[in-house]
Amino acid sequence: MTEVALQVSNLTTTFGHQGTAVTAVDDISFDVMPGEVLGLVGESGSGKSVTLRSIMRLMPQHSSVTGRVLWQGRDLLAMPEPELRKVRGGEISMIFQEPTTALNPVLPVAVQIEENLRAHTTLSKADRGKRSLELMDLVGISDAKRRLTQYPHQFSGGMRQRVMIAIALASTPKLLLADEPTTALDLTIQDQILKLILDLRDELKMSVVLVTHDLGVVAATCDRMAVMYAGRIVESGPVADVFGQPNHAYTRGLLGSVPRSGTERSPLLSIEGTPPGLMNRPTGCAFNPRCEFATDRCRSENPVLQAMAHGHEAACFHSDRVKAAGWAGS
Amino acid sequence: MSLYFLRRLLQLIPTFAFILLVVFVLVRLLPGDPVSAILGVHAKDADVARIKHDLGLDQPIPVQFLFFLKSVAIGDLGTSIQLKLPVVSLIAQRLPVTVMLTVMAALMAVLMAVPLAFIAALRRDGAADSTIRGAFQVGLSMPVFYLGLILLTVFGARLGWFPVGGYGEGFIDHVYHLFLPAFSLALSLAAILMRNLRASIIGVVDAEYVVFARSKGIAPLIILVRHVLRSALISTVALFGLSVGTLLGGAVITETVFAIPGAGRLMIDSIYGRDYPVVQGMTMALAVVVSLTFFLTDMVEAWLDPRVAR
Repeated sequence: MTEVALQVSNLTTTFGHQGTAVTAVDDISFDVMPGEVLGLVGESGSGKSVTLRSIMRLMPQHSSVTGRVLWQGRDLLAMPEPELRKVRGGEISMIFQEPTTALNPVLPVAVQIEENLRAHTTLSKADRGKRSLELMDLVGISDAKRRLTQYPHQFSGGMRQRVMIAIALASTPKLLLADEPTTALDLTIQDQILKLILDLRDELKMSVVLVTHDLGVVAATCDRMAVMYAGRIVESGPVADVFGQPNHAYTRGLLGSVPRSGTERSPLLSIEGTPPGLMNRPTGCAFNPRCEFATDRCRSENPVLQAMAHGHEAACFHSDRVKAAGWAGS
Repeated sequence: MSLYFLRRLLQLIPTFAFILLVVFVLVRLLPGDPVSAILGVHAKDADVARIKHDLGLDQPIPVQFLFFLKSVAIGDLGTSIQLKLPVVSLIAQRLPVTVMLTVMAALMAVLMAVPLAFIAALRRDGAADSTIRGAFQVGLSMPVFYLGLILLTVFGARLGWFPVGGYGEGFIDHVYHLFLPAFSLALSLAAILMRNLRASIIGVVDAEYVVFARSKGIAPLIILVRHVLRSALISTVALFGLSVGTLLGGAVITETVFAIPGAGRLMIDSIYGRDYPVVQGMTMALAVVVSLTFFLTDMVEAWLDPRVAR
């Protein structure tokens, strides 16, 4: 078995001061293998984005992150700032959902790429310029020389996302944290960007953690997936296994709510209600108020992740019943 | 950018034309007239008519305006009725003093506001933030002339660190003489700029692009200057430009308190004396200074935010 690239254990993120603090990410653990694409799936507010930002220690003031994030044997959460800065952008990079707000509107693209190169490489100014051109080329932006002098508002949405990817990949990181990178884009552009990320993964031999709420994206791009609900991972495993046989009622609901073509017509399942807010998590399993399988045990006790099959885990007391019920796509 | 520069430069022409018209009309709307100011209220009608004729005031208003335009075009702004000196040379003598006072005050305000705004914003709601904001609140609510008098009494008269008035000789001496007046003028502007900048820094530090910049692992100082300060300054620069007019108004009062022979003093004396040509010339000169400042701040804004210059 190969060495784990990133090992997240017992990551917990809370906001606010003691007493009034709310927990956004609740004791989650997962591994990312070299070259692997891991999908982090869930509805809005399930803690996916917070997880990524917590890994990189990019949370705003008045939040606290505990647990361990092991990256090549070193704990990112315990590392001093200067050392962390070498990892950020150099070894682990991040791209955001909205390139419109994530790119600095008042700086030309060239400056935004170069500052990354400057921080992590010893390239001369001329070489940085050359590398910037290469990067624009790599992410499929033509007329790179002219485009580099332009500002973000002069690019289209899809092109802007390419620019952000070029910036993130400038110093050839080994891990890319992608926070809903295609959500703000048109469907056709989405496919291009996802394909680009996968191609670059192969070319640069990096791992990717892809946060998304879109199961279609997961099916098309990820090797493994972890489903998050109310700040916890409720099910994780290889994409084929989870899609083939969901073990958690929530995963089943999620999968059932996606229309599929090519199968026999079947009614769409939908999950009633909305996810709980940070302030009012139900006791027991956080999903119990919306769950058709819920029993008294679910309302008092919080299930922990249990191994179901090889590499497939779920935190559900009734995974047998969930499996027996099956879902439209299986 | 260069296109924007040209366009903005051309816009100055109608602005100046409008300034001329307004100045001309305003002076004639002032109650009282220069003739009675010169001769007193009991003057003989013949004398009044002669003076009126000499000053061209017996002509119809539109004709007076044409004469006015013509003289502006050839750089002749007339002669002071009270001082019997060409207005142009009066402006050349007095305006630089006021401009220097204003520039010094503006510089002091910026030098105080920018670092303090940073400290206040980054230590939001902490002790430093409260102290800075409290101190500036006091500065903001104190009238310029009162603050000037206090500074004058303490640092000028009692401690003897600074001169109590006048303008001095030579650049260094000017700076020395203008230090207290500039400081008293700067404080309220510093307070306004500081509050504005603090608020916009707070708005920017948590912006997505700052988080993205941090995720690139670049040095904190680069993030603060290139990503936070630059964006945060945009609105503050606009506010600064708008404040320059107020600053010039404040300079008039400050010059009186500190007995500085600047444009402000001259202006006040001329208004009392109904010295039309001087008031006209001075107002015009100050208006030109203000519009040039707007032009400059617009350029700075465009440089900070390329989207402005589209």
